[in-house]
Amino acid sequence: MPLSSVQASPTRIRLPQWASPAFVVGGLVVLFWLAATLVPSWIAPYDPLSLAGRRLQPPNATYLLGTDALGRDVFSRTIHGAQHSLPIALLVVASAVLIGSAAGAISGYKGGIIGAAIMRLVDITLSFPPILLAMAVAASLGPGLGNAAIAMVVVWWPVYARLMRAQVLEVREREHVEAAVAAGAGHFRILTKHILPLCWTPILVSATMDLGQVILLAASLSFIGLGATPPTPEWGAMISDGATYFYSWWIAFGPGMAILTAVLGFNFIGDGLRDYFDPRSSK
Amino acid sequence: MLNYIVRRSIAMPFILLGIVTMAFLLTAITKGDPLTAVVSEQQLNNPEIVAAARQRWGLDRPLPERYLIYVGNLLKGDMGTSFVTRRPVTTDLMARLPATFELVISAMIIGSVIGIVFGLLAAYYRDTAIDQGARIFSLFGSSVPIFWLGLALLFLFSVKYQILPGPGRIDPRMSPPPVVTGFMTIDTLLAGNFTAFKDALSHLILPSIVLGWTVAGTISRLVRANMLEVMEREFILTARAKGAGELRVVLRHAFRNILVPVLTVISYSFAYLITGAVLTEAVFAWPGMGSYAVTAARSLDFPAIIGVTIVGGVMFLITNLLTDIAYVLANPRVRLN
Amino acid sequence: MSVAETTGPASAAPLLRIRDLKVGFSSHGKMLPAVRGLDVELSKGEVLGIVGESGSGKSLGMLASLGLQARNAVVTGSVVFKGRELIGRPRREMRALRGSEISMIFQDPLSSLNPVMTVGDQIREALVLHNRSMTKAQATARVLELLQLVAIPQPDRRINQYPHEFSGGMRQRVMIAMAIANNPELLVADEPTTALDVTVQAQIMRMLRDLKEKLGLALILITHDLGVVAGHADRVAVIYAGLVVEEAEVRELFANPRHPYTRGLIASIPKLTASKDKLYSIPGAPPMLGALPEGCAFHPRCSFAQDVCRKVAPPTVELGRHRASCHFAETLPPWGEPARAAQSEEPAHG
Repeated sequence: MPLSSVQASPTRIRLPQWASPAFVVGGLVVLFWLAATLVPSWIAPYDPLSLAGRRLQPPNATYLLGTDALGRDVFSRTIHGAQHSLPIALLVVASAVLIGSAAGAISGYKGGIIGAAIMRLVDITLSFPPILLAMAVAASLGPGLGNAAIAMVVVWWPVYARLMRAQVLEVREREHVEAAVAAGAGHFRILTKHILPLCWTPILVSATMDLGQVILLAASLSFIGLGATPPTPEWGAMISDGATYFYSWWIAFGPGMAILTAVLGFNFIGDGLRDYFDPRSSK
Repeated sequence: MLNYIVRRSIAMPFILLGIVTMAFLLTAITKGDPLTAVVSEQQLNNPEIVAAARQRWGLDRPLPERYLIYVGNLLKGDMGTSFVTRRPVTTDLMARLPATFELVISAMIIGSVIGIVFGLLAAYYRDTAIDQGARIFSLFGSSVPIFWLGLALLFLFSVKYQILPGPGRIDPRMSPPPVVTGFMTIDTLLAGNFTAFKDALSHLILPSIVLGWTVAGTISRLVRANMLEVMEREFILTARAKGAGELRVVLRHAFRNILVPVLTVISYSFAYLITGAVLTEAVFAWPGMGSYAVTAARSLDFPAIIGVTIVGGVMFLITNLLTDIAYVLANPRVRLN
Repeated sequence: MSVAETTGPASAAPLLRIRDLKVGFSSHGKMLPAVRGLDVELSKGEVLGIVGESGSGKSLGMLASLGLQARNAVVTGSVVFKGRELIGRPRREMRALRGSEISMIFQDPLSSLNPVMTVGDQIREALVLHNRSMTKAQATARVLELLQLVAIPQPDRRINQYPHEFSGGMRQRVMIAMAIANNPELLVADEPTTALDVTVQAQIMRMLRDLKEKLGLALILITHDLGVVAGHADRVAVIYAGLVVEEAEVRELFANPRHPYTRGLIASIPKLTASKDKLYSIPGAPPMLGALPEGCAFHPRCSFAQDVCRKVAPPTVELGRHRASCHFAETLPPWGEPARAAQSEEPAHG
């Protein structure tokens, strides 16, 4: 039996290695929500803030997801909601990554009292249930989406500090770093040129997954009343609105599905990235 | 091993102090006037109350001294007075803690059982429809906004099909049993009121499923991954060669080997459960710590918010310590070294 | 040793008869054959060596005979044990058979023992699984007896210990104790000494031989090492690429090997006498699963290969109780190596 007959497999569309089906689906979903963020009026038929028709109509051909108690189109509000969700999530994760990575890198590279102090702060922050700490910070700062975002950064940066510290501790011991030290490179140069470039992969994967989790937390804070305030078409706030008009289930349906799909989308992409960077972790 | 637990227990107070410090700084730094953190807006004009608060919290003293007074008050169990209920926060929390525990424990049991069963099935029938189904179930659980899921299930099962009762812990027309443990299910049983017990249990089902679902997915993924690894090990072959049946191979030989990571993830899931409980309680009008926190946050009731946050942190710490002890006990190799 | 007695007059029915056993794996809609037709027989109390390189299908064939194949494996053929056909037998009946009438031990005793169960519990399980009525006290008493039988000192203390507290040789003894717990008639030992130190290897092999005598076990010794077989087996089956290529009594096989592969294996046994000789090894590597050469599977590595070997699968040639699958089984040049069957494997200290 010739060898080639074993290797030949049925013809199928070959995707690049990183593009697993889940990754593609996640990517498409996220692209949809990105489009909704950038050009919501291309998708949404009505203005999210003004009266579109009779109030509390169930879903129908004109109002795909019905209308709310003020006669606004739920579908249009859901689409516009992306604006109040995705950019915040990106901002929060980016800030948390920057602050956390810097703290973690310093702690891992320098060690000493500063390093230990940073890690104790990390330990303490992480020993609070995230939502309670976020609520406490957000409440102290006062309601509003901006303050909620700050609260989420406070809760989230230690995650990256831990991750980065572990990475730096590992990479620091590698030979090329020792070589750079021997060659007389300065600390800053060693850290930025020789260590950090090798530490980003797990941070990137984790950050992608966390985008979904931050969307969830932001919506939760808004649901509680600490994030976006009416009439902003924020998803969590819309669900809170829907809870008030409990029997008009469609008011909460749209924003709920929006959160669910956006979070799933980022999870899928994160999964795909992890499998690509670390094939061993997938089973 | 005893050594290790002792060392962890010694470290506990220091982290506790850290938690308290953080809570103190939150109010001391973010609020322009520290008075607004201990006295509600309506009472700011009441000179008596303002004076009493200044005295009690040392608000006219410098920051370090205020910190000492704050810690001293905490040690006496004084977390201030809730703006909303006008009762000491400590009293409020003590009254509400059992409801949260009842919900979280019940959710933990449901989540663990579902997670473990789904994980075992997904691993044993890997790459089949069962595996895919378990995967979708778990992804849904970790991606769905819990407050929305709660509303949706409440609408379906309580309003539309009327199989399960609505929000709350017990039918409001039913007289609640005398409080012994604070667990409604146990107290109704202790009171010998079986009808009330059934009612309390049926009230517990929906919020527990909603809350348990969020962790069931994580647990089932972990169980699956670990089981796939363990089922490839040679002692599984030995067990089969001995004549052990598949159920025995899976449960007694394979599953026992992954107990350590499973226990770890279950106790880690406690963090998610506390987080989820806040929102679940808000949706189901469950009179626990979570709904207390939400009400406090909505009405900017600072003493209550900070109190809940501290208690939440302490609960976290204790669970983590218990996890470590369980970890050691479950692993003969660690136990012996 | 007792070769002559145990293989005396051919007894009526063999204990185990495997006929044309095939094991394949389906992959991408194709069937990859791993065992292409295993034919062996074993009488009561006999020791059969099954020899082959790793990947030759020797373990797989035995596992499949006991219903222990992987889920995606397809097994056909016939395995008759004490007159009962095992292939296609209900799983429940196979379970009742495994560990009571037929037992197995494996290569690496550390990974073969469950790390989170005490040694006592693992042996006790083997007992209780097949004797539901046995009380815990009875089982414990029997476990202690078994541990004594496999010469584990201080059994009453050892019984409550975990596998990682045992040495490699001790672990293999535990495996043996577990395997013989229910007085099986057949013990399949899959590379029982490969993972052990040389001195311990000899001890384990002696123990297996003693137990065989004491309990009247039949033994199948699966190994890649002809040397192990030489000292301990009555008969040997040599497997290459999923087929038995030669089978004979052990003395006959070493004195007069009729298959070039067997000759290669014998030549590659390390020699104590001529230590300066470079160790011989068969050139090339065994074929990959699903990439079998045409004709005789061994031809790419065979120095006697002719055109016919590249095109036609060889017939099995019977030479009395000796059979070989080679086009030139009867015409190969005489074998120069002295028969070293008996003396090669006796350890210096026993």
